[in-house]
Amino acid sequence: MAKTVLEFEKPVVELEQKVEEMRKYSDALDIADEIKVLEEKILQLRKTIYSGLTRWQKVQLARHPDRPYTLDYIAMMTTDFIEMHGDRCFADDKAIVGGFARIEGEPVMIIGHQKGRDTKSNLYRNFGMPNPDGYRKALRLMKLAAKFGRPVVTMLDTPGAFPGLEAEERGQAEAIARNLFEMSHLPVPIIVIIIGEGASGGALGIGVGDRVLMLENTWYSVISPESCSSILWRSWEFKEQAAEALKLTAPDLLAQGIIDRIVPEPLGGAHRNPQQTADTLRVVIHEELKKFRKVNPDKLIEKRVEKFAKMGKWEE
Amino acid sequence: MAWFRRSKVSINVNDAQRKDIPDGMWIKCESCGEIIHRSQLEQQLFTCLKCQYHFRITSEQYLSFLLDEGSFKEMDRKMRSTDPINFKDTKLYKERIKESMRKTGLQDAVRTGTGKISGMPIAIAAMDFGFIGGSMGSVVGEKVARAAEKALKSKCPLIIISSSGGARMMEGALSLMQLAKTSGRLAQLSDAGIPYISLMTDPTTGGVTASYAMLGDVNLAEPAALIGFAGPRVIKQTIGKDLPPGFQRSEFQMEHGFVDMVVHRKEMKETVTKLLNYLWA
Ligand SMILES: [Zn+2]
Repeated sequence: MAKTVLEFEKPVVELEQKVEEMRKYSDALDIADEIKVLEEKILQLRKTIYSGLTRWQKVQLARHPDRPYTLDYIAMMTTDFIEMHGDRCFADDKAIVGGFARIEGEPVMIIGHQKGRDTKSNLYRNFGMPNPDGYRKALRLMKLAAKFGRPVVTMLDTPGAFPGLEAEERGQAEAIARNLFEMSHLPVPIIVIIIGEGASGGALGIGVGDRVLMLENTWYSVISPESCSSILWRSWEFKEQAAEALKLTAPDLLAQGIIDRIVPEPLGGAHRNPQQTADTLRVVIHEELKKFRKVNPDKLIEKRVEKFAKMGKWEE
Repeated sequence: MAWFRRSKVSINVNDAQRKDIPDGMWIKCESCGEIIHRSQLEQQLFTCLKCQYHFRITSEQYLSFLLDEGSFKEMDRKMRSTDPINFKDTKLYKERIKESMRKTGLQDAVRTGTGKISGMPIAIAAMDFGFIGGSMGSVVGEKVARAAEKALKSKCPLIIISSSGGARMMEGALSLMQLAKTSGRLAQLSDAGIPYISLMTDPTTGGVTASYAMLGDVNLAEPAALIGFAGPRVIKQTIGKDLPPGFQRSEFQMEHGFVDMVVHRKEMKETVTKLLNYLWA
């Protein structure tokens, strides 16, 4: 059961608790029917709630503290993971993790943002906000993958690149720019999946690829709803409106031609059944990788650059 | 002209202070308070004779002194935003665009084209901070990407003059994707062995710094320009301390290895010419 309960999750969780209580304190057969009715009611309630979520509620789901993170997915959907550390330059940024792993037996380089789950691990992971060293570590691993002909899978889940003093001293902007540049012409396939929060350049910094997928309850945009609210409304209070205005959900981005595919989550979100989400993701990634098995690197790069070149809308 | 290189000591202007150049014949320097006659300021390429403060200028002004006279041929002059996600905050995005167009006489925050520098053909993009803070949405991204494509196809160097607060919020994720779009074209240009010179002016922050502005074969910056990823206010909030003097200025960026040279505006054309002679001629 969920440890953290969001406001809109409450009615469902309350009913679920009720059912559990009934199960615990009575073996009488006569309430089996009653439980069945309640369970049916729960299912219907969940369907209603989760099909009508606002954009802000989806942002909350994307940030749900029980949601699986990169290392959880790696543990649940890959085998033989070997984590690698450091950018060979300055540090090992804990907000980005990466290494070789196998997906359905196939070797890949898997790289993702990593959040923590409690205060201690969040401080260790810097809340999933990378410094330049994280982007440089990711690039080092991508180049390693390219050198040995392994495809790259990246998982995006960050509230943003860290806006700190040292991050600026070490070139946060340059590190992200360099990754966009190098990922654009990396000669191996890159599959990108947004698994949680895709906040701006901090997310895109490992997000240029041949296929870009989004889990159902995630967001991806140029700015977080809170920051957008603080700048355009001059107050933190308008995050709901900002989320609506930014059109930042998976269906929004599919419609805008930015992502290629939405990966469904269990009813209620990935945290309701992490293993099921990971299983779906494993099958989907494997499917996507198959499409690139015999592709010529030059054509792959050209197609990737053209893919992003098409994005945007204008008139002339 | 050695005295310009010492100028960094005296230039330290708060970002909020830097404004568009006001109308009128006499203009007060925002840094030292000197009153300067407009004609003299123009002659100095809008830099203060006394303290070397660089006023913010438009793309038109920049192109007029960097390019050989009459050589500029503008591309995609009519390209404009369509308000792709029907954005509304306290104001409609459509209205913001209209207002900016009226105020600046421009279609969006960048002008692109071809021209010549000391006789050498180049492709060029010059940004306008006056148009919604020089922010990059679909139009800026597309025009910059096309300028890079032009350089690639006609095999001539590319120069981008940046002046931007970052990606444009009002086009959501589409603005973010312009970072990838422009960087992708620059990768192609680089693979073809064609030089790209990035020229950063005040301010160059956010998504523009985190894409094409930092990707030059050579990165140039005007003195005391604010250059960074996160804005100073956000960083100050994060660390809960005042920022050291000169933080994120051109000289700081050079000190930390991200800018090759800090170049006075009056020496810019000469410097770019020298560089092009090494890289391309
Ligand atoms: Zn002055």
